[in-house]
Amino acid sequence: MKRKLEVSELIFKIVSYVLLTVFAVACLYPFLYAISAAISGREAVEYGQLVLFPKDLQFEAFANMFNNNMFWNSYTNTLFITFYGTLWAMGVAILGAYALSKKRLLFRKGFNFFLVFTMWFSAGLVPQYLNYIDTRTVFNAIGIKDDKWLVVIAMGMAAMNIILLRNAFEGVPSEIEEAAVVDGATEFQVLARVYIPMSKSTIATVALFFAISRWNGYFWARQMISNSNEHPLQVFIRLKLEEFQDPDIMTGWNEAYAADSVIYALIVCSIIPVLIIYPFIQKYFAKGVNMGGVKE
Amino acid sequence: MKKKAADYLVYEESTGTYREDAEQIVRDDVEKHYWLNVGRTVAKDWRLYLMLLPMLLVFLFWRYFPMYELLGCFKVQDSTLPVADQLYAGFSYFKLLFVGEGALSTEFWQAFRNTFLLSFYGLCFGFPMPIIIALFFNEIRSDIARSVYQVITYLPKFMSTVVMTSLVTMLVRQSSPLAGMEMGVVSRMLVSLGLISSEVGNAGLLNNPDFFRGIYQISGIWEGAGYDSIVFFAAIIAISPTSYEAAQIDGAGKMAQMKYVVLPSILSTVVIMLITRIGSLLNVGYEKVLLLYNPNTYVTADVVSTFAQRYGIADGLTGIASSAEMLNNVMGMLLVIAANTIARKASDVSLY
Repeated sequence: MKRKLEVSELIFKIVSYVLLTVFAVACLYPFLYAISAAISGREAVEYGQLVLFPKDLQFEAFANMFNNNMFWNSYTNTLFITFYGTLWAMGVAILGAYALSKKRLLFRKGFNFFLVFTMWFSAGLVPQYLNYIDTRTVFNAIGIKDDKWLVVIAMGMAAMNIILLRNAFEGVPSEIEEAAVVDGATEFQVLARVYIPMSKSTIATVALFFAISRWNGYFWARQMISNSNEHPLQVFIRLKLEEFQDPDIMTGWNEAYAADSVIYALIVCSIIPVLIIYPFIQKYFAKGVNMGGVKE
Repeated sequence: MKKKAADYLVYEESTGTYREDAEQIVRDDVEKHYWLNVGRTVAKDWRLYLMLLPMLLVFLFWRYFPMYELLGCFKVQDSTLPVADQLYAGFSYFKLLFVGEGALSTEFWQAFRNTFLLSFYGLCFGFPMPIIIALFFNEIRSDIARSVYQVITYLPKFMSTVVMTSLVTMLVRQSSPLAGMEMGVVSRMLVSLGLISSEVGNAGLLNNPDFFRGIYQISGIWEGAGYDSIVFFAAIIAISPTSYEAAQIDGAGKMAQMKYVVLPSILSTVVIMLITRIGSLLNVGYEKVLLLYNPNTYVTADVVSTFAQRYGIADGLTGIASSAEMLNNVMGMLLVIAANTIARKASDVSLY
């Protein structure tokens, strides 16, 4: 009896390891292939001799990318949007979430509904687009000429993230706040000295959510940023891909590397920063999904 | 019930006159000064309300003002006028989309069908995958090995939609004989496995409407299954080891343990996630579709959002496009609210 049990458990364990390995390899393969293809010779890429390992090493595709000013430009723009976008969104979200977490706030239910309703119903792409056009006009009129600031200020707010913060603030014991108030702290001091230090990990998680969505943002940046000097990296990658889908470019191509290698090099360059910080931030995301899991 | 004068007035026998009820005076006073009191509270606590203000403005300007633009669904489109001043057109856009004879109506219904089908297939194939992966993770006893698997399988989730779709596009690309390009590496693998013919591979899988849904679902699983397993895995590791031991002593094999120990323990999580998923059946990530589709695959790929993007933003038919999307979003909202109500009834846990 005992022996038979072990067999069924052992089989399941082996199946688990095998299938998980297959899935993990499948997850990793496209990235490994992209790296190989970016540094392989033209013939190897074009005639499909590449499976996993690079062949006829060349680094000119990368060199071509690094010599392209537009590439560095888009990288700077992405960093700009990510940094200021996260800062702005976190500022607004922390202040709002703190106010919402207070039981004494008048019309608290109403304000909560105001927030949550935007998760249920969105006006849609076209009204949002018209709204952003109007916003741009207003911004230009008050002297904000860069479309980057439009992306930073008008986009990327998420009701879900504010609710995560609000829940964390609600978990802070009110006795600590009362003690601070007795000591003469104002509302802002209470927030800065008590609430923010006590919910550091949630704040880190939410900031990462904002930062990742800023780093990855594409659609609205492409729609709203008209000047190609201000395009972020994602838009740059997509435009390059579209350009290289054009068969005419392919026929006129006479470099030592394949046209595809340029795209792969670009993809590799864009994911390297994410890969570098990924191991450090991964645990926060695992935490975030469990916080939001039931409330998503 | 209508109130009589006696409810408000108290007769005083000593003086022989009526006077107002003291409680009623207070009640009247509170009602009369309601807004004054609100103002006083806000003024006394102004810092708190100042903190709320930026958030309210952001949501008002960029979430609620677009809803006001939805008025354009009922107006004759005229981009020189603000939406409030345009002439009313009644329900003509909706009629055009719903029962119109032209290509527009056909395309709208096709997009609506695709929206539903993409989500529905996602529910059928994409939803069980994270649960299965979480069960597999649970079999790995070594913490280090499990962390390695987790780090690798969560990774695609952190890639942007653009990077992900660019990779997909390149991996299943068409061949171009003029430039001497072979088809993409995944197409080549599929051809050598005999799953597709080489003509299909040469033409490019993304140019073939028969493959769009498959590519969409598989890339979705590749992207999200590992990451989505986190929440199920958290439910599984919360099961006490004694439950397994008890089952083993009772002679339960692996399958019996799954059925009687694991499944009941994670059922509530699964139900909640399932209900959430059903609630967002009409929400398809437009960005991914927009980046993967092309005119050859509109038949299976076009969803309502991309339909709206094409007609509304690219071609400027804002009235028709926002009508189509509003219809989809209103139905989507009803689904979400229904799902939330069911979840609350079923588990005492509200999703919002």
